Amino acid sequence: MAAVTADQTTQRTSGTANAAPAGAAGNTADAVDAADAERIVTFDAAVAADERIEPRDWMPDAYRATLVRQMAQHAHSEIIGMQPEANWITRAPSLRRKAILMAKVQDEAGHGLYLYSAAETLGTSREELLDKLHAGRQRYSSIFNYPTLTWADVGAIGWLVDGAAITNQVPLCRCSYGPYARAMVRICKEESFHQRQGYELLLALSRGTEAQHAMAQDAVNRWWWPSLMMFGPPDDASSHSEQSMAWKIKRHSNDELRQRFVDICVPQAEALGLQLPDPDIRWNEERGQHDFGAIDWAEFHEVLKGNGPCNEQRITQRRRAHEEGAWVRDAAAAYAAKHSPATPATESPAQPAQQVEETA
Amino acid sequence: MSAALALGDDALVLSHRLGEWAGHAPVLEEEVALANIALDLLGQARVLLSLAGDEDELAYLREERAFRNLQLVEQPNGDFAHTIARQLYFSVYQHLLYERLAAGDGEFAGLAAKAVKEVAYHRDHAEQWVLRLGDGTEESHSRMQSGLDALWRFTGELFQPIEDLDSAATNATGSSGSSGNTGIDWQELQGSWLHAVTDVVERATLTLPTGPQSGGWAAGAGRQGLHTEPFGRMLAEMQHLHRSHPGASW
Repeated sequence: MAAVTADQTTQRTSGTANAAPAGAAGNTADAVDAADAERIVTFDAAVAADERIEPRDWMPDAYRATLVRQMAQHAHSEIIGMQPEANWITRAPSLRRKAILMAKVQDEAGHGLYLYSAAETLGTSREELLDKLHAGRQRYSSIFNYPTLTWADVGAIGWLVDGAAITNQVPLCRCSYGPYARAMVRICKEESFHQRQGYELLLALSRGTEAQHAMAQDAVNRWWWPSLMMFGPPDDASSHSEQSMAWKIKRHSNDELRQRFVDICVPQAEALGLQLPDPDIRWNEERGQHDFGAIDWAEFHEVLKGNGPCNEQRITQRRRAHEEGAWVRDAAAAYAAKHSPATPATESPAQPAQQVEETA
Repeated sequence: MSAALALGDDALVLSHRLGEWAGHAPVLEEEVALANIALDLLGQARVLLSLAGDEDELAYLREERAFRNLQLVEQPNGDFAHTIARQLYFSVYQHLLYERLAAGDGEFAGLAAKAVKEVAYHRDHAEQWVLRLGDGTEESHSRMQSGLDALWRFTGELFQPIEDLDSAATNATGSSGSSGNTGIDWQELQGSWLHAVTDVVERATLTLPTGPQSGGWAAGAGRQGLHTEPFGRMLAEMQHLHRSHPGASW
């Protein structure tokens, strides 16, 4: 369940992206020297021409910072997102479902690895990003702060949460930053597969016994609104959106993507034989889209602030896994130092930021 | 006792234990690796249990006394070193056994031929970690030794002959199994296992445990449906949802 979600765009960061007016990509400094001005022109032209920015290309600091933040949060979401589903691995009701769920959680760890690698091309490191996650200085998608209370939640997550994530992520396959775009192509394929499996799980429940059907409906009731929140705040309250769209990191607004998602889900819910928990959903002939009810933004902001049902539990488990695993990582490092063939022991860890600068 | 049940239960139960690691592993690569091994084992379990009957009925509706897995595989995960010790003891055993089954023309030859590739990877993973933990830091060395020590007493059971494990893996003269109808030479298997495990343990600067390898209670008990206490609790968790909805399909 990869959820790069727009919901993080409301967070306060030290990035300078806020300051950059739309359409003036990268031009955040008051005084830019001529060389920089030239680089900015080249960069803006490449973005305008839909060319891909690659790790060795010059890029504005704010562009780099925005990407690091978004990709890190995306990676963190994969890792934290393993927890609500892993919660059901040991209780999966059939061996087939158990295998599917294990494979999915494994995929998520793989997506996390992939995204951390992509983020590292920008001059950060996985360790540094994980430290920030553990210290609460970087976020993950708010959706994973909701609990998985029944088996049907596994299906609802696949259908709705992965569905929302895919709606968000497919446009990212055309994102201006090459490594991120390529990661997304690969990840979206697997995500689509997960989503179909989630849908199929819910379908089996919906057509199963009365108790199974009720379990499926209850799960959809609980996951529908949080899934809509994954697209982030309404367009008029989304501070980073304009700049991200100017940089072609983002291709569509939060509200556009949310609308697209609702329009996709309504017929799917009908096919599932399940109700979406929103009495205001109806087809709007004029707009050619579905109207839907108001989102509880107060709840959204509470979850973002750390007051959701599982925020504490999720980060505590992540920290504990990391801390309790420290001696294992230390052992691997000590063994490598003893047995690696003739590498100088004084070699310090690579510093990608400098490498990027040097090779630029 | 059906051999498919014995081998299938080993894979099913160990897969379940490894599944408990999801989200708790010391490093992301191990999230992937442990889940990968768990999935391989679950795949093997499904094939084997299907030979013995309906996979879900067998997994979810048998009680503790009807499971035929080794006591080794049902042992709780403990720390990472305990999990790796369990993986070492079992994967070397499973690899040697499946190699022999794959080389024969018995009922399990085809299945073993496919599984042996997966199991070779599991074995390599376990061996590599035993080396790293044993020859890593002082702490990892002591944890790895303690894992090997704690699980040692469950290893005698591995060489209890499994009835009906028909295979022409070894020729008739090589068979010294007590049940008399198996093609596996269990003494030879035990010797090979001991040799392989000793080699890894010594290279890892660790010491092979010296305690009884097959204490009176443990030897062969799992294969006869006599399990350790944590196993019942594991089954309760594994089976509760399935049992709560009799006759439902998922």
